[in-house]
Amino acid sequence: MGSLRWKIAGHALALLATVLLGGLLSATLVRLAPGFDADEEELDPHLNAQSVQALRDARHKDHNVFRFYFSYMKRAAQGDLGTSLALGQPVRNLLRDRIPLTLRLLFAGLGLAWVLSLTLALSAAWLHVPAYDALTTAVGGTFLCVPAAVLVLLSVLWNVSSALAIALIVFPHTWRYTQNLLMKTYSRPHIIAARAKGLGEARILFWHVVPVVAPQLLALAGVSVSMAVGAAIPVEALCGLPGIGQLAWQAALARDLPLLVNITMLVTVVTLLANSSADLIGHMVQRRRA
Amino acid sequence: MSLWRKLLYVVLGLVLTASVAATWLAPAGYARQYREATDAPPSRTHWLGTDELGRDRFARVLYGTRISLLLAPAAALLSTLIAAMIGGLAGYLGGAWARMAMAVTDLFLSLPWLFLLITARALMPLNVSPLVSVLVTFLLLGLLGWTAAARVLCASAATLRTSDFVRQARAAGLPGPRLFWVHIMPNLWPVLYAQFWISIPVFILSEANLGILGLGVAEPMPSWGSLLKELEGLVSVGEEPWKFVPLILLVVVVTSFQSLLSRQEEIAA
Repeated sequence: MGSLRWKIAGHALALLATVLLGGLLSATLVRLAPGFDADEEELDPHLNAQSVQALRDARHKDHNVFRFYFSYMKRAAQGDLGTSLALGQPVRNLLRDRIPLTLRLLFAGLGLAWVLSLTLALSAAWLHVPAYDALTTAVGGTFLCVPAAVLVLLSVLWNVSSALAIALIVFPHTWRYTQNLLMKTYSRPHIIAARAKGLGEARILFWHVVPVVAPQLLALAGVSVSMAVGAAIPVEALCGLPGIGQLAWQAALARDLPLLVNITMLVTVVTLLANSSADLIGHMVQRRRA
Repeated sequence: MSLWRKLLYVVLGLVLTASVAATWLAPAGYARQYREATDAPPSRTHWLGTDELGRDRFARVLYGTRISLLLAPAAALLSTLIAAMIGGLAGYLGGAWARMAMAVTDLFLSLPWLFLLITARALMPLNVSPLVSVLVTFLLLGLLGWTAAARVLCASAATLRTSDFVRQARAAGLPGPRLFWVHIMPNLWPVLYAQFWISIPVFILSEANLGILGLGVAEPMPSWGSLLKELEGLVSVGEEPWKFVPLILLVVVVTSFQSLLSRQEEIAA
């Protein structure tokens, strides 16, 4: 129990350090980005020289990157994530409106990807027919060689759901590793002995294979969240879905740095949380086995 | 060498030769507009038809292949060199240096690759000349693509650091830099070589993704990414099948690389 607590504390510290480091990097990028010091208000012909100087003085405190960082983090802690330059709306509202769609898409896409991966990998491990192995390898390999954005364009062309598009981008990566892992596990002596003794496939799978592969598959599940978030960008951008991926793409095209750095922070936290959770669950599974 | 591998080498060789010979095979160039024949189907004068601006698609495919196939290895070389410096040094130095370097590497690795690319690309100016956009795109791939390789190299260098010959060299009083350059780096060569080849198809696919999202090579310069953007306007697959030629070419080249690399991956692992 003690080691688990230490592990949780370690992950929490790593997450906090990442958020702080990411915040510093984000603030620095915003601070150093071209046009940071420019203010459209200065172009107002009604303003006299003193008013323009007053506007410049008001921004002067932001020139020191550390002071700027402190005020940036302070505002962020209070929920003020700034205003999008391109869309002219508070970043907080933009994120709040778009997160649900992306989450639904990611859940559905990841679920489908894992169903596909496990079905193909398990069937290959059970059947152990070279022709079937070659076929699944060819199918998975082809998907690996097609750019994610092209898969999305083809899915739009064939009216395939966006969740399936995410699944088709993620599954070749998860399937390949899962199949190798299952093949190795099924060739272990204790599994061969269990088969020779006439144990049913379901019993072998749940009693002898799953406990061995679970920690590694959980780690892969954590990594697959990061893959799915990456896949959400072309899917949402090219399918016209108003989610976080589309927002990131629009922010990149418009060079909307305040919006982009906040999305980057959000994505970093989500992927780190997914990896940490997978690691902790894997640790718990291993402890139970031991 | 098996017949299959020989065939893959021949395919890659043919594609590379055709792209290098683009100047002779398509002397009109990639930017010339045939305004009387916009969006034309394949014909004797335009083997793959023309795009909506009347540019010869065959010429654009050849020049685009040249850009993607020549600059992806250049980006792979850059990323491998950075990985060798960061990962190799971290593994060699060990301790706090290794932990710090790997923490930064993990931070980069935790971000989705495409997300990292579009964020970094957005920090660069977008309205630049086509040549600068080509350089920026591939430079970015090279500068950001070192993380996975650095992890592998760090592990390999850490193993070498505790090996007998390095201990003996250190006991003999060899200075640290000489030990690193003369004894550690040459032994990392097979891993570096494998990482270099593994990076090439990854960068080709990344450039294609960036191009389709409008964040890659700028017009009128062609690349596989910008050529694939044409698929966006298609209504059905059978409508204009010749528009799929860049995709088929890309898949064939990347598949050839992946198949040839299976051995390299074993070395890198």
